[in-house]
Amino acid sequence: MSTAIITFIIDGRDVSAREGQTILDVARENDIPIPTLCSLQGLHPVGACRVCLVEIKNTPKLLPACVTRPSEGMEVITDSERLRQYRKTITEMLFSERNHVCAVCVSNGHCELQSMAENLGVTHVRVPYLYPRLPVDATHARFTVDHNRCILCSRCVRVCDEVEGAHTWDMQGRGVDCRVITDLKQPWGTSESCTSCGKCVHVCPTGALTEKGKAVAEMVKRTQFLPYLKTMRESWS
Amino acid sequence: MSKVRVATVWLDGCSGCHMSFLDMDERLLAVAGMIDLVYSPLVDCKVFPEQVDLTIVEGAVSNEDDLHKVLHVRQRTKLLMALGDCAVTSNVPGMRNYFTRDDLLRRAYVENAQVNPSIPTEVIPPLLPKSRPVHEFVKVDIFLPGCPPHADLIFKTVADLLEGRLPDSTQKARFG
Repeated sequence: MSTAIITFIIDGRDVSAREGQTILDVARENDIPIPTLCSLQGLHPVGACRVCLVEIKNTPKLLPACVTRPSEGMEVITDSERLRQYRKTITEMLFSERNHVCAVCVSNGHCELQSMAENLGVTHVRVPYLYPRLPVDATHARFTVDHNRCILCSRCVRVCDEVEGAHTWDMQGRGVDCRVITDLKQPWGTSESCTSCGKCVHVCPTGALTEKGKAVAEMVKRTQFLPYLKTMRESWS
Repeated sequence: MSKVRVATVWLDGCSGCHMSFLDMDERLLAVAGMIDLVYSPLVDCKVFPEQVDLTIVEGAVSNEDDLHKVLHVRQRTKLLMALGDCAVTSNVPGMRNYFTRDDLLRRAYVENAQVNPSIPTEVIPPLLPKSRPVHEFVKVDIFLPGCPPHADLIFKTVADLLEGRLPDSTQKARFG
């Protein structure tokens, strides 16, 4: 079996992709940084957060690097003033859509949204805050879901489906009404499919999914298990 | 050389940002030599003066008094800095925004009152419907998030401004 190799250009550098690789995969192999929020090594990419948008020469639209496959000769730009502005605005909109009060969050200092804002130079949010009233579900014995802090990255949905195989989590609704739900939109503690494995908690980039008993800044997520599990399973199959 | 006229204002916040300002410690001496602190919770001045070069605002805009102050201050200030998460994002004061003003007042002054349960009509300024960040009401020139922003960051920013530079936009400041 021969594997097709595609040659293309990222930020003026000649790079090559194996079949099936995305622009993000190739950029990472070549140490070219592209910011991401919803992407996580070991889960299928979905292009939910849009902060990995890149410019492609002769294409008017910006495309998410995590789900876009390169083609021969394609010229990709990962960093420009235009991209920086879009990434900042996207991050600001994530902050404005829910109630991310970093100062009192269990994930303060360990949050991917918070560090994204810091790295992109987001010093304030230019769109008006919506301040929606959102529930906190603490019915599970060990974990809590706080919708105030959810950015709808869907990592919990994907890890539960693709890795744990339980598919407890899913999405409901559209736009600002979109929510992550457990089973048939019932309290997490009453879910019959949840195995209480905690994978969703540890892949969650913010303080939306947390372990109970953590105070401000104490919730440190551990995602190392994911590439490990994936590699082990691939080597067995 | 005339000194830079600096003011600080305390709106709906915990004063932690002012505390962090004081945490500049011995560097305060150098700053004090370059500025006239013309209005602040730290000095005894009742009226916000005219022609202030730099005003540092701590806290969210939560009631009619805050709103009046911030509009007044903006008119009399060349550069306005929002200091800390309450001023920049509304932060903890904004956590009451999910409730209506009436529900909030009833909870605080009636349901949880040990004596004389009644909603105050005097002395305490009326709440705005929501607690919001300063830049949703007036133009803010410099944003310094953090809860509180670290004293080193405040010093660097103030030092830049006192030396006539706009603060380094690439310096890292973080919510929370």
